[in-house]
Amino acid sequence: MIPQTLKTELTEYVKHYPSERVGLITVMHKLQKHYGGWLPDEAIAEAAEIVGIPEPEVEGVATFYNWFFREPVGRRIIVVCDSISCHLCGCDRLVEHFKKRLGIGMGETTADGEYTLLPVVCLGNCDQAPSIMIDEETYNRVTPEKLDEILEQLSAESAKGES
Amino acid sequence: MAQVKVLTKNIDLANVGAPCDYQRYMDNGGYEGAKAAFAKQPQEVQQIVKDSNLRGRGGAGFPTGLKWSFVPMNFTGQKYLVCNCDEMEPGTFKDRALLYGDPHQLIEGMLIAAYAMQMTVGYIFIRWEYRKGAALVDAALEEARKNGWLGKNIQGSGFDFHLETHLSAGRYICGEETALLNSLEGLRANPRSKPPFPQIKGFLGQPTIVNNVETFGNLPHILAHGAEWYKKMGTETSAGTKIMGASGRVKNPRLWELPLGVSLRELIYDYAGGPARSGQDIKAVIPGGLSTPLLVPDEFDTLMDFDSVAKAGSRLGTACIIVFDQGDNMVEATENIMRFYRRESCGFCTPCREGIPWIWNMVNAITQREGKEGDMELMAEAGRWLSHTFCAFAPGAQGPFLSALEKFRGEFEEFIRARGAA
Ligand SMILES: Cc1cc2nc3c(=O)[nH]c(=O)nc-3n(C[C@H](O)[C@H](O)[C@H](O)COP(=O)(O)O)c2cc1C
Ligand code: SF4
Ligand code: FES
Repeated sequence: MIPQTLKTELTEYVKHYPSERVGLITVMHKLQKHYGGWLPDEAIAEAAEIVGIPEPEVEGVATFYNWFFREPVGRRIIVVCDSISCHLCGCDRLVEHFKKRLGIGMGETTADGEYTLLPVVCLGNCDQAPSIMIDEETYNRVTPEKLDEILEQLSAESAKGES
Repeated sequence: MAQVKVLTKNIDLANVGAPCDYQRYMDNGGYEGAKAAFAKQPQEVQQIVKDSNLRGRGGAGFPTGLKWSFVPMNFTGQKYLVCNCDEMEPGTFKDRALLYGDPHQLIEGMLIAAYAMQMTVGYIFIRWEYRKGAALVDAALEEARKNGWLGKNIQGSGFDFHLETHLSAGRYICGEETALLNSLEGLRANPRSKPPFPQIKGFLGQPTIVNNVETFGNLPHILAHGAEWYKKMGTETSAGTKIMGASGRVKNPRLWELPLGVSLRELIYDYAGGPARSGQDIKAVIPGGLSTPLLVPDEFDTLMDFDSVAKAGSRLGTACIIVFDQGDNMVEATENIMRFYRRESCGFCTPCREGIPWIWNMVNAITQREGKEGDMELMAEAGRWLSHTFCAFAPGAQGPFLSALEKFRGEFEEFIRARGAA
């Protein structure tokens, strides 16, 4: 369950729109963040209540958009652009490298719950292909070697965060 | 043709870097277009935009002034203005530069449009992957509010305009303007049937205008310098400048601001530096973001303006070109292209939802050397169904698909003949 403060905040937030439902997607992003990156059933119910619409409507939205997840995901989400310019510039090599290093396929999460690997549509960095994002960070002209460096840096950060 | 600096006067396209802040924007003639607009009647502002011959930069090239003229000006209820910054068209990366590089230019452009159509509420619809850019826009919106360019009674004009950003949750179809309006309303992003057009019944059933980021970016300059000045750039039917880009197999992939009407050849060989790989000549170009038909070398003298590219059998689209060289296999490229459309179809109508995966299966089988005799004819027929769909998404897939079949037939046939060899 979300804390009452967040619920009040979101309920107030959607009221500034001409219709509360306009705020639905933002509310769902916020709930997803609260629940560790995905939307459990109770989040669907909470979103429905905050916006004042039936739950199946929220479910319909949750299952439509690429960035809403109805099952648990890793602490970090890696998306690899596989659109045309990145395809020409070697994104398949990156995907293979990720699969080998992380031991997972596309759409899967590592056993330690650290990473989820997903394809993504053109990230608008086509002149610096291939392009990937890990959470909010964009990395361009990525090579398998650069990938190793990025992953090492991230796991060092995670280790620091936990100690 | 030389590069120009109109929309990019505050942006270095070679290295976008930090956004132009309010102070720098003002020092470089900022909000002069808005001031010029406020000195006129809304209808006069509309007329200037019409006279400028500005055409939409989101891909379809519809004349902006004409589009606006369908908004009922005697309507007394709420009207809305929406900016389309979904930019998920593969190969397209121009709106990102405008959003991240000069958010005040977008805000000023929207303010001018809002005033011209007396729309007091606006939203900037931004794809989730550009959320850092949205935060930059939020900061610029705050600067604009503090300095009296947004909010109530703007610059003492009596006109109110409330503008905010809206982050999407990712789906290519959100870029289609009626799907975008559904998305903004918190619905699944399926397109709506037209009519009614958004200008009459759009966001929440009210009159609404949706324009592209770059379209709005032109307005401050048109208002500050006039329609005649603007029309001197570009061609007779495609006025002004265009942010053009190149990616794929070129030496110097990036963006440039160029007058409309520069030749495709100049763009490929002079600006983008020609082939990236030695010994591999360029053999095809998709001229305007993925959803436009391929052009081949004997068509490279085509001028990059709306009408010339259409005459060559393709579309200017977003004017961000995707370049293929002789080392690229067009069957494999087509597999990648159809995979994109298969994944992003919104699923609402059958020829698109069923037809595109069906076509992808065939192309994929051919790449696996499992093609059969007769596949070419079958694929061409299936490709023709793609124009019988609810929205322009599937016709967008049809363009690169059918042109690849036609122009690179030999490559497909070679794979089909190599059946069982993979
Ligand atoms: C599948 C599809 C995707 C589209 N994506 C975008 C987009 O990302 N950005 C955009 O401005 N227009 C996009 N469009 C075009 C819009 O529907 C609309 O024409 C445009 O936003 C209008 O703005 P303009 O008149 O300023 O060009 C797309 C159209 C289709 C059919
Ligand atoms: S053509 Fe495709 S994207 Fe458009 S409505 Fe039909 S299924 Fe949806
Ligand atoms: S194609 Fe990958 S960023 Fe555009």
